[in-house]
Formats: sequence, structure tokens, C-alpha cells
Amino acid sequence: MKKIAALVLALCLSLTAFAALADGIAKEDLKLGLITLHSEQSTYDKNFIDSFKEACANKGLTEDQYAIVSDIPEGDECRQQAEEFADEGYNMVFADSFGHEDYMIEAAQKYPEVQFCHATGTKAHTEKLDNFHNAFASIYEGRYLAGVVAGMKLNEMKEAGKLNGEVPMIGYIGAFPYAEVKSGYTSFYLGAKSVCPDVQMKVVFTSSWYDEIAERNSALSLIDAKCDLISQHADSMGAPTACQEKGVPNVSYNGSTVTACPDTFLVASRINWAPYFEYLIDQLIAGEAIATDWTGTIATGSVEITEINEKAAAAGTADAVAKAKAGLEDGSIKVFDTATFTVKGAALENYMADVDSDPAFTPDTEVVSDGYFHESEMRSAPYFDVDIDGIEILNN
Amino acid sequence: MSNLARAEGREPLIHLSKRAGISRGKAWSIRIIAVLLGILVCGIAAFLLIEKVQNNPEKIGEFYGTFIKGSFSTSRKFWKFLKNTAVLLCISLALTPAFRMRFWNTGGEGQTLVGVLSAIAVNFYLGGKIPEGILLILMLLAALAAGALWGVIPAIFRAKWGTNETLFTLMMNYIATYLVSYFLVIWVPSGSSTLGKLKNGRLPIIADNENILIVLIVVALTAALYIYLQYTKHGYEISVVGESVRTARYIGINERKVIIRTMILSGMLCGLAGYLIAAGSDQTVTTNSVGGQGFTGIMVAWLGKFNPLAMLLTSALIQLLNQGAMQISKDFGVNSSLTSVIIGIILFFIIGSEFFINYEVHFRGHAKKAARRAIK
Repeated sequence: MKKIAALVLALCLSLTAFAALADGIAKEDLKLGLITLHSEQSTYDKNFIDSFKEACANKGLTEDQYAIVSDIPEGDECRQQAEEFADEGYNMVFADSFGHEDYMIEAAQKYPEVQFCHATGTKAHTEKLDNFHNAFASIYEGRYLAGVVAGMKLNEMKEAGKLNGEVPMIGYIGAFPYAEVKSGYTSFYLGAKSVCPDVQMKVVFTSSWYDEIAERNSALSLIDAKCDLISQHADSMGAPTACQEKGVPNVSYNGSTVTACPDTFLVASRINWAPYFEYLIDQLIAGEAIATDWTGTIATGSVEITEINEKAAAAGTADAVAKAKAGLEDGSIKVFDTATFTVKGAALENYMADVDSDPAFTPDTEVVSDGYFHESEMRSAPYFDVDIDGIEILNN
Repeated sequence: MSNLARAEGREPLIHLSKRAGISRGKAWSIRIIAVLLGILVCGIAAFLLIEKVQNNPEKIGEFYGTFIKGSFSTSRKFWKFLKNTAVLLCISLALTPAFRMRFWNTGGEGQTLVGVLSAIAVNFYLGGKIPEGILLILMLLAALAAGALWGVIPAIFRAKWGTNETLFTLMMNYIATYLVSYFLVIWVPSGSSTLGKLKNGRLPIIADNENILIVLIVVALTAALYIYLQYTKHGYEISVVGESVRTARYIGINERKVIIRTMILSGMLCGLAGYLIAAGSDQTVTTNSVGGQGFTGIMVAWLGKFNPLAMLLTSALIQLLNQGAMQISKDFGVNSSLTSVIIGIILFFIIGSEFFINYEVHFRGHAKKAARRAIK
């Protein structure tokens, strides 16, 4: 009798253990795949690749438990690669480029048991698939802090009488004129303006995420147009190295460029994707659902600025940044505070943004309330695409 | 002084002479040796550059296996291999008539890209508004017309004013790329220039397989082009113009007409490849939709000596290398640039082997023996 009872008990225990396993995935069985648009030569993709490896190492995964495919264009090849990962028993596949989204959604529809995650995308909250997820970070806060560093530098140059023109002028090289880039340079500009009130900015678009020659030439033309400081939101080393050659201060993105530009690099803002990857690993092991739309913040460790380059930055910069960061964290500073900027001379009192993506790009959601523009609150990917005063766009 | 001594004094250590002819067997054995050497050198490169191989030298076997795994380990990979081979072959076939005519069409990339762009333009404006079948036909016509236009412009300039077609067709590639950028700005008001996948205009899926139709189309095209080039009057005219324009004129061939006609065909077939990309897989357009295949196609055509049947093999070889290298990058955790190095090494050996097929290498000792034989 005792024997039978023990047997039943053992059976029950092993069944519960099995049930727990069925929900989550044992850590040693976990397999993660990463799809990137370019390879490590692109600062953007390198940032993902490094964070991905870092997160896997932090969570104790071995090198055999993850794989990376690079140079995957924004076409059917992305779907093929995602489905190949699924075929090979990977539990999660992550793609890093905006144009990968539709192809990831297709793969997600075909493989409901595999999780597909996508950075910078906009469609997860409207597609409503259990296994397709978007993620981004409130990088506008990081850009704002980088802007403070730029503003301090411009103040220093102004006091030393080293400005090229009458007002401090920032030159900015952006990839494409859409929300992700506009939100980025506007927050950067507002950060600079918070310490250097008369600053102005000129923006040039390159129409490419990675075009070293165009980025370099844009930087040189902005320097010729008397810009005192350059920053960029495009992924090659074209702009930072042009600044180093010309001795013009540069604020970088995606990661530090101090080794290539020791005299001119001030600071860089970056999304640290490791917290999101670690979150994914935790959820997969625990068998918990992954957020449909995940927004990393300063608090999650997703929004970072690199170490400030003391050699190039103005005195007192670190203190100014610490003050601004504390303000962002306790909510006393809002990056898109409508009291700090105007649009065509008037305050921005309301704004309908295109939050729910549709082919016609219809504005659908009111995003201004309580005196500020609620960026990245309705969905993770940016939707701030307002042209504010003080920023001149040189081409479209 | 004897003849022998004189021969010795003049003879360099190594000298080359053009072969009068070579047996098929010998030519193939040179090619096979070259491929084997290439594979060997790749192994050495892998050992020097890939950490996972360095740490576990026994993984070198796995390294070679991965090349095959990239195309044959699952049915998805195999079908992808067939489809990508077909598209690459289609572009190479398109270039072949021009190359046979010694018209160096380096504009395959642009001619294919305008094909993609035009097909997607039709889809963008008419998709969902007209029946799918008609949409697909209009997309095809637009792609063929755009490709033909991109091909014929440099041909007219060459035929009328003798401009350099290599540079002209190359420049047309850039115009095509920027034309795509231009339309993406117009079509995507959000400014991201990412059109996304369109809902309509997808080639029919036969027997639950999305690739089969593309493969069949290109197989038929290969046969048709082979017949066109080998057995028709047009094909003959192309060969004559290629061999000697003067001969062509002498026998009454209007070489201008042949150049223009052939480039319309060449561009049109590139347009067809663009259509296969637009309607057969991507259903979108980016500046990178053709992804350099217009240039790879040139290599495929040369390696296949402009023979459509041989090009079947060379395009498959290139695709095998591509997918194998991709798999190595994935499985061994190496940067994708290294995989380009590996492909480069193998192609270097294959192209190099043609040198040894065309030329004979003589060493000094060899010459001495030959001279002795001559004296006797």
C-alpha cells in the first residue's frame, strides 16, 4: 500500500514538474536568434549585436544558444531568415530594422509557438498577435541629456568668442525626415536650449541609414555653413571623422566614437538593448507573456549616455547633466514641455499623431496634454514629428 | 656555341605560352584541382580567422559541412537556393545576348531595379482596385517596358554616337537607385522611406510552393535563350557583330539595328528579373532590392562563357557559396565580412583556373629537355 502511495505521489510530483516546464523553457534549452540589417560596420547594428551578446552572457547562456545573421535586407529574405530560425528550434527571433516589420509579422503568423520581437516597429499593438512584439526606448531623454552637453560646449565657445556666426549653431545630419529622426533631433535641440537659450539648429537629411560619403559631405557642408557643433542620427562614421578632421565638436549616437575622434567627441547617447534582451530571456524562462509594446527608459537602464570626453567638453558639464537627469527621473523636467518651444510662433496646444499605423498615415491620437507632448507613451516607437521654431531643415 | 647552350642562356626560369588547344578532360581536371585548392585555402583562412575553429581544430570538418548545410539541410533552404539561383540566373541570362555582342552591359543592376520599381508602382497605384490577375499582367508589362527603356538608352547612344557603353550603363544604375529613393519619398508621407510589404500583386502559389513558378519561368527562359542564341538568325547576327563589326557590315548586317534590338531584349529580361523580385518575393521596393545581383550576374555569365546551359551551373555555384557563407557566419558566430572573404577565395581560384586552361607554364628544365629533343 505504502509503495503504491509513494508511486502515486512521485507521479504527481513529476507531473507538476512537467507542467511547470511546459510553461517556461529551461535555460539550457533556450535558443535566441538576431537578424540585423547591416553588419558590425554600422554603429546602429553593432549596438544591437553587442547588447545581444552581453545580455546572453549576463544570463549565463552559452555561445551555442544564440546566433546572429547580418546584412539581411528589408524584404522577403528577412522572413526567410526568421522562419529558418524557427525551423531550427529557436524560441525567439529579434529583428533590428524598421523595414523588417512586415516580414517578421508574416513569420509570426506562421510560427505561433515562436516569439518574434522587433525594434523600432509600430504595428504590434494593432496586429494583436500573441507572439509578435515591438520594443523601443525613450531615447529622446538620452538625446536631451546629450543636448545639455552640447549646449554647455556652445556656451563655452560663445564666452571665448569662438562662435562662427552670431548665434550658437548646431548642424545635424539625419537619415530620413520621419518621427524617429525628428523626435531625436528635436529633443537634442531642446536639451541644448535648456542651457543655451539662443541656440539654433540646421538639419540635413541623407535619405539613407548608412551612407558614409553622404554623411561626411553633409557634415562638411554644415561646417562650411558656420555650424559650431555637429551631431548625427545616421549610422556610419562619416560625420564624426569629418568633425575630427575639422576640429569641430561632435555629439555621437549609438555608442562612443572617442577612439576615432579623441579631440572632438563630446558624448554619445545610446539605447542599451541589453535590458530588453535580458527581459526577454527572463520571460521565456518563466513562461510569462512578453509585452506587446515595450518602452525602455532611464530607469530600466535602456537609455544611456556614454562617458563625457573631458578633453573636449566644457567645464561643469557633468554637473549640468546630473541635474537634468535627476529632473527627468523625478518628472520635474519633461523633454517636450510645450512651454519650452513654439511652432510657427505659437505654443503647441494639441496635436493628433499617427499612433495606430495605417497605409494612409491618418492622425488618430491626441498626444498633447498636461503641458507636454506625450512621446513614447501611446506606443514605444516615436511619433513626435512636429517642426518646431529654431530648427531649420535644409532639405527634405 | 651549341644550340643547347644558347637555349639555356636565353631561357627564363618560367615562361608562359598560349595553348593551341586543350582536351576537355584536361580542362576539367584543372578546374577541379583549382576548386579543391580554393577549398583548402578557405580551410586555412578559417583556421586563422575563426575563433571557434581555432579552439577546436576538429571543427574544420563541420566548417566544410556548413557550406552544404546552407543550401540543403532543410527543404526551405533548398527551395530558397533554387529560387535565388533562378533570379540570379535570370539576370545573367539577360546580360548574355549583350555580352555575346561585346556590348559590355554593366547596367543589369539598374535595369533590374527599374523593373522592380515599375512593377511596384503599378501595384501601389492599382493594387486592390483591379482584379489580381490583371494587376499581375500590368505589373509584368511595366517591368518589361522599364527594363527595356533602361537598356535601350545606352544602346541608342552607342549605335548613333559611339559612346562608351560600359560607363553609360554603369551610370544608369545610379539614376535607377535615386529614382527609387525619389518615389519612396513621394509614396511614404511619414518620411521613413519604408514602403512596407504591399498586400496585392503576388505571383500565384503553385502546389503550396511559393518558389516553383519562379523556377519554372527561368528554366523555360534558359531553354528559350539557348535556342535563340544558337539556332536563330538573330542569334547568329549577335555573334557576328560580336566577332567583328566590319564583317557584319560586309555581309549586310545592320549592326546598329542589332545593337539596339539586342539591348531592348537584354533590358527587358532584366525587367523580368525585377518582376520576379517584386511579385515573386518582396512585394516592396528599396534601393537595395536587387542587392548587387546585377553585378554578380556579370560574373555568372563570364564564368559560364555566355552559354546559358553552363550558366545554370555557375549561378548555382555562386548561390551555393552565398548561402553556405551565410550559414558559416550564423553557426560560427563570425562577422559577415569574413564570409565574403571566403567566397572571394573560392572565386579567385575558379577564375584563376581559366588562366591555366588558356596558357601553358614552362619551366627552364622543361625547356632544356625540349631543346635536347630538338637537336637530336
